[in-house]
Amino acid sequence: MIRGVKGGLLAAVSLALVGCAATGGGETASASDKPAEKPAKFNKDPYPSTYKPYPGQVTAVRNVTIFDGEGGRIDNGTVLLANGKVEAVGGPDTPIPADIAVYDGTGKYLTPGIIDIHSHLGDYPSPSVEAHSDGNEATAPTTPEVWSEHSVWPQDPGFSRALANGGVTSLQILPGSANLMGGRSVTLKNVPSRTVQGMKFPGAPYGLKMACGENPKRVYGNKGRAPSTRMGNFAVNRATWAKAAAYKKKLDDGKAVDRDLAMETLAGVLAGEILVHNHCYRADEMALVIDMSKEFGYKVSTFHHAVEAYKIADILAKEGICSAMWADWWGFKMEAYDSVNENIPLVYKAGACTIVHSDDANQIQRLNQEAAKARAAGRRIGIDVSDEMAWTWLSYNPAKALGIADRTGSLKPGKMADVVLWNGNPFSAYTRPEKVWIDGALMFDANDPKRRPVSDFELGQPGEGDVK
Amino acid sequence: MMRALLLSAAALIALPVAAQDVAIVNAKLVIGDGSAPIEGGTVVVRGGKVVAAGAGVAVPAGIERVDAEGKYVTPGIVAAFSRVGLTEVDAVSGTNDRSAPRTRFSAGLDIAPALNPMGSPVAVNRASGVTRAIVAPGGSSNLFAGQGAVIDLADDMDMVTKPRALQYVAFGEDGASKAGGSRAATFLLFREQLLAARSYARNPAVLAEWGNDAMIQRADADALVRVIDGTTPLFIRVDRAVDIVNVLKLKGEFPAMKLVLVGATEGWIVAREIAAAKVPVLVSPLTDLPSSFEQLGATQSNAGRLKAAGVDVSVGVFDDDDAHKMGYATQYAGNLVGLTRVPGASGLSWDQAFASISSVPARAVGMEGSIGSLRPGRAGDVVIWDNDPLELGSRPTMVWIDGKAQSLTTRQDRLRQRYEIPQEGALPNAYDW
Repeated sequence: MIRGVKGGLLAAVSLALVGCAATGGGETASASDKPAEKPAKFNKDPYPSTYKPYPGQVTAVRNVTIFDGEGGRIDNGTVLLANGKVEAVGGPDTPIPADIAVYDGTGKYLTPGIIDIHSHLGDYPSPSVEAHSDGNEATAPTTPEVWSEHSVWPQDPGFSRALANGGVTSLQILPGSANLMGGRSVTLKNVPSRTVQGMKFPGAPYGLKMACGENPKRVYGNKGRAPSTRMGNFAVNRATWAKAAAYKKKLDDGKAVDRDLAMETLAGVLAGEILVHNHCYRADEMALVIDMSKEFGYKVSTFHHAVEAYKIADILAKEGICSAMWADWWGFKMEAYDSVNENIPLVYKAGACTIVHSDDANQIQRLNQEAAKARAAGRRIGIDVSDEMAWTWLSYNPAKALGIADRTGSLKPGKMADVVLWNGNPFSAYTRPEKVWIDGALMFDANDPKRRPVSDFELGQPGEGDVK
Repeated sequence: MMRALLLSAAALIALPVAAQDVAIVNAKLVIGDGSAPIEGGTVVVRGGKVVAAGAGVAVPAGIERVDAEGKYVTPGIVAAFSRVGLTEVDAVSGTNDRSAPRTRFSAGLDIAPALNPMGSPVAVNRASGVTRAIVAPGGSSNLFAGQGAVIDLADDMDMVTKPRALQYVAFGEDGASKAGGSRAATFLLFREQLLAARSYARNPAVLAEWGNDAMIQRADADALVRVIDGTTPLFIRVDRAVDIVNVLKLKGEFPAMKLVLVGATEGWIVAREIAAAKVPVLVSPLTDLPSSFEQLGATQSNAGRLKAAGVDVSVGVFDDDDAHKMGYATQYAGNLVGLTRVPGASGLSWDQAFASISSVPARAVGMEGSIGSLRPGRAGDVVIWDNDPLELGSRPTMVWIDGKAQSLTTRQDRLRQRYEIPQEGALPNAYDW
């Protein structure tokens, strides 16, 4: 099955929790005596974002039920979007200017756009032909030197499906999980563009995709090389981190180093600038990874897939590590065997950071539905999850884990106007996005066939511009 | 309801459970044939079969009575196309009996002895309201994959409702790969194997005459003879619009053959041709990406457009996970209802959507008279739901299969119970069971 090959390779994790002390290890000899002069610096942003918000109108939605993304709810609410930003969020008395676009939200719901922390759109695009298989540099078990943005094909039709059917406004594109260290991730705004730079979320930190478990040991064991076991996974990881720590010490000491793209990424992790997104299914392996992160002085932002997070939810809460999870995927491989439908609500109940993710070009179109199933499973065993709290799993928590929560992920004045108007309760199977704004620009409108992106690949093909 | 639950729980302790005579009253009753739900309905099951269902149905004296308290009561879900029972963990090959890529046989393969009723996917799917499944083999070394079955998901050893209920073959890109590299090779191999089977049927001695030059082996020929004469429906995976048209033409040469299309991602483009051929279609309805060049026209409106053209459309769950998550059928059907509210999209009414996961797939496999609805004479497969079954997170509270109350506890429930409080107590969690 695809997940065994691709999705299995996919799991990466990263956590960009604000205040998670990404440099907490303190054993990399960076803190005490700083060199008088910094060594020659490499350009840390050689492929800079060229994204600019598209033009939008000043827009208000009234009489709408609002989930603000941080757990707040306003019935009969009003939201005002202006200059690409959330200008105001409030009740029916919220003042709005005259002569602007005003939509009646009666019976509808308004939320922050969904943020998928785990996607391979663009690096495993549709059509999924061999020529498009750009998500795993499976030629060495550690490839921190590769950057997923260099694989992203902006013409992947999957981006538009995630927008129009899924209400996804930002997403992290990760390398696959064939490798222990798969490479850098990139965070995108979900807008069509000729170039990946035109999609890059301005100023978002990079992530490093790591992978535990079956995939790396299978891929390299089958090649007759290390790692072929879980202990081999750790040995290769630790040797690589040790090398990175030495490299970083040289940098910190102001010594000359040969440029090493792999070590630059890992030094960035050790410096807390790059967030670790670690594909890891099993509870015991997550616990070992936590110790490895302390051994070398980095912080795991998020465990991705985290099928067994419920077994160590207390530890994950204590360590301040997010879990990105499916509602109910299971059984496709051994490390996905102990899945429970209550995984997401049990992590939530423990007070740990809870995220719903997709890892899939289809599931990304229904993350709200996945959250709804998890919420229902939690309620069935007495975990009180309100709709508005469940929405934190879809926008604010992934934004925190990606290091972009100060700019998006919730409906607070001054934040990016990344907003979805749903034609009903988004936790219903009968509900779809009606309008999606990104930085205040209307990028999808179910009532306007021309406000639906059609990628280059789809032009002139059967079904061009169809409702999909 | 609680008393009834206790009763059925007690009954379950003494497995195997005998078929119960039971009347479920005060139901929001869904017959499953496309008709609207009936408020205050009653369904009566005797001897493992539905004897009456509707409003104003009398409850026979002395029969167990379960009050549904106004909840939805429906026929069990029929998984339209699946591999339930054929695999436990997909990537653990010893547990995975979907496909036989190194066998010397093809059409003659029969999945029945590979089915494992004790596997945890059976229990998980049952707990999500799936009571029957159409199960197809994944593939062989040759064009034809072999014979599938219709199964029940009851908590007992007798899983096969109807063996050899279908033959499966993939056309399109997969079929071309199997046949030697092109669609031309697929159609020729298909035709030559069927013609060889027909010759064998007329004169079994031809196989010995052909010797090593035979296109086919005896076991495969036996199975294909039943395809040619329409005894075994032929399920064909096909997606590209023109491939669908070409597959429908096969009926010209083999007119008794009963075809069922699987996938039909671009079916909406040739919906009129499919309807005219009276060929049913099983779709994985939310497929909307051009995952391959034979799925360029993919849209979630496919099911709705086919239905509007008069095609019998069943909703399956097979483009993502076809063994572990048959419960997604209800979610997918609900999504099709949602599409009726999207401008320009096509979906299904609630009543049609429910039928597409119950009576319509039963009809596709020729078993409408025995499973898939609560009309009299059908198997006593009944589910009481805690909410609208097509809504997200709704779950069965009680399930009967052939009139027997079923356990809804799964291995997943046991794991969850152990870790509801993850911290270990006086003893490790391993002592908590």
